Amino acid sequence: MDALTLLLLSVMTAATPLLLAALGELITEKSGVLNLGVEGMMIVGAVCAFAVSVSTGNAAAGIAAGAVAGAAMALIFGFLTLTMLANQVATGLALTIFGIGLSALIGKGYVGIAVAPLAKLHIPLLSDIPLLGPILFGQDALVYLSLLSVLAVYWFMKRTRAGLVLRAVGDSHEAAHAIGYSVIRIRYLAVLFGGAMAGLAGAYLSLAYTPLWAENMTAGRGWIALALVVFSTWRPGRLLAGAYLFGGITILQLHAQSAGWGVPSQIMSMLPYLATILVLVIISGDRAKIRLNAPACLGKVFHPAQ
Amino acid sequence: MIRLESKGEPSRLFSYLSPVLAMVLTVGTGALLFELMGKPAGPSLYAYFIQPFTTLYGASELGVKATPLILIGLGLSVGFRANVWNIGAEGQLTLGAIAGGALALAFYEVETPLLLPAMMIAGVLGGMAWAAIPAFLRVKFNANEILVSLMLTYVALLLLSYLVHGPLRDPDGFNFPESRLFHDSATMPTLISGTRLHWGAVLAVLAAGAIWLMLSRSMLGFQLKILGDAPRAARFAGYREPKLVWFSLLLSGGLAGLAGALEVSGTVGQLIPTISPGYGFTAIIVAFLGRLHPVGVVIGGLTMALTYIGGETAQIEIGLPAAVTGLFQGVLLFYLLACDVLINYRLRFGRRLAIG
Repeated sequence: MDALTLLLLSVMTAATPLLLAALGELITEKSGVLNLGVEGMMIVGAVCAFAVSVSTGNAAAGIAAGAVAGAAMALIFGFLTLTMLANQVATGLALTIFGIGLSALIGKGYVGIAVAPLAKLHIPLLSDIPLLGPILFGQDALVYLSLLSVLAVYWFMKRTRAGLVLRAVGDSHEAAHAIGYSVIRIRYLAVLFGGAMAGLAGAYLSLAYTPLWAENMTAGRGWIALALVVFSTWRPGRLLAGAYLFGGITILQLHAQSAGWGVPSQIMSMLPYLATILVLVIISGDRAKIRLNAPACLGKVFHPAQ
Repeated sequence: MIRLESKGEPSRLFSYLSPVLAMVLTVGTGALLFELMGKPAGPSLYAYFIQPFTTLYGASELGVKATPLILIGLGLSVGFRANVWNIGAEGQLTLGAIAGGALALAFYEVETPLLLPAMMIAGVLGGMAWAAIPAFLRVKFNANEILVSLMLTYVALLLLSYLVHGPLRDPDGFNFPESRLFHDSATMPTLISGTRLHWGAVLAVLAAGAIWLMLSRSMLGFQLKILGDAPRAARFAGYREPKLVWFSLLLSGGLAGLAGALEVSGTVGQLIPTISPGYGFTAIIVAFLGRLHPVGVVIGGLTMALTYIGGETAQIEIGLPAAVTGLFQGVLLFYLLACDVLINYRLRFGRRLAIG
């Protein structure tokens, strides 16, 4: 494989976990719920996927475990914010603190073990086409899943009745409640989907991106995913672009480090975080656009009896 | 199925009872967790909650760890009242540590009583400068301060790592990523000899008093409360939101920076890659546990300090992993948030129970 193909492949690998987690959060936020616990759900997903993968020797079981673990974390969040009407910001932060602690506890016995990276598709001839072959026909299952999810989420929100209901709940929970939709049940489903996707993102990190378990291995990717949702102005197509842009920045700084441009590695490592801030500033400055696209009830507590 | 019934007006009783209830539930969960991990609950809980107090050193460590938690928690609680979510206190603490530490190293072996106060001021300014970034970006560009301040935490930790690996590394330190040990004039004196409890603890108590005065007696404190409780009313009353955002972030950043400067001069004694075991994040729990009230924050800070010390003792005595501390902290905040529902609502379980 030539250098350009390798570069593009690594960009896709870096973008995939961001894309998975951000798509889940996009649906959660569209229902009017702000879950800041993406980092916590992602890291618990990562450790559970790794642990199950190691003990069963089955990567598919690991991926499923990651998604289930992420959804279980999201269930805690849902119970506290939707049933017990707790503050969403505080609960999301609690979920992250809890998740980092829990993952370190679960992962204690798995530090230093390596698994074989997630198998990549290989179709004779097609996968061997120069440049495009490996990119189109030589990826692992989760990369394809992340791209399919973009289409699915787009179609769901724009073309289905359920998607319309979801957006209605997010834009005016009182109106949706008044015409008979169960706001709480719909939000629970959206929160669980967000958790499962964050769990998948974690599974991708510990099974494919760096096939091992290390404490704090998500390194803020959950928070970057949250920023990407704002960047996308809650639209799946722009989310895809944003995730790949960030994948590109991540890989660029890694290459710059190994090329030894004389810039200290720590300074280069700051790039994705600084880029996140820059992107937030550019998008959020356009208040009209944010107001047009942001779910109007984002972060607001809903109590049907009020 | 749980249904919630409004109480009409908030219950003062449950506002005080809820943190106590949450702590009892957390201890109960801890006991269960210890049993599940095959450690007997009794000795584990003893190691976690009682043993630290059996020696003077252990008890004084409570003050050592509570000092930064109280300082940061005070600042955060002011912002949280006004719905200004500074989540990046860990980064502001780190910048305070860098600013204070760099000053100590710049005046290495200069013996003067002015150095310590100068280091503290540098720490405050460092923390304020770091918090000014999310304040400016929120006021000017509407950028979410939660995400900006959090991203800056990662940047601050990388900056510290760069400095101790490079410019500020001890020239005689065999290439270890550490600065020189601070000399006497740059070291915060201890309150009780033989312990690590330093004068920072006094500063934390004074800060709590000052914040209490500010919140209860000044117009600014009132405006912050209104902005958080009723943003529309605040706008009609003509309160300037940008001013309050700036104030909340600079205050919490400055206090976090002070905590950082105190950590390096009092507790650590040099710059190392990790200054704080997550005080900036734990202080968020401290603020909520303390009901966003200065006196409560002091109590909350002491409580959360106990989870750190208990975690360390339990690690040594019964071989529990260090991560248990973070787990307990998260669980405590979960219970607290759940119990807080009782301030405004009554719980009703299912239809049949409600009738019977």
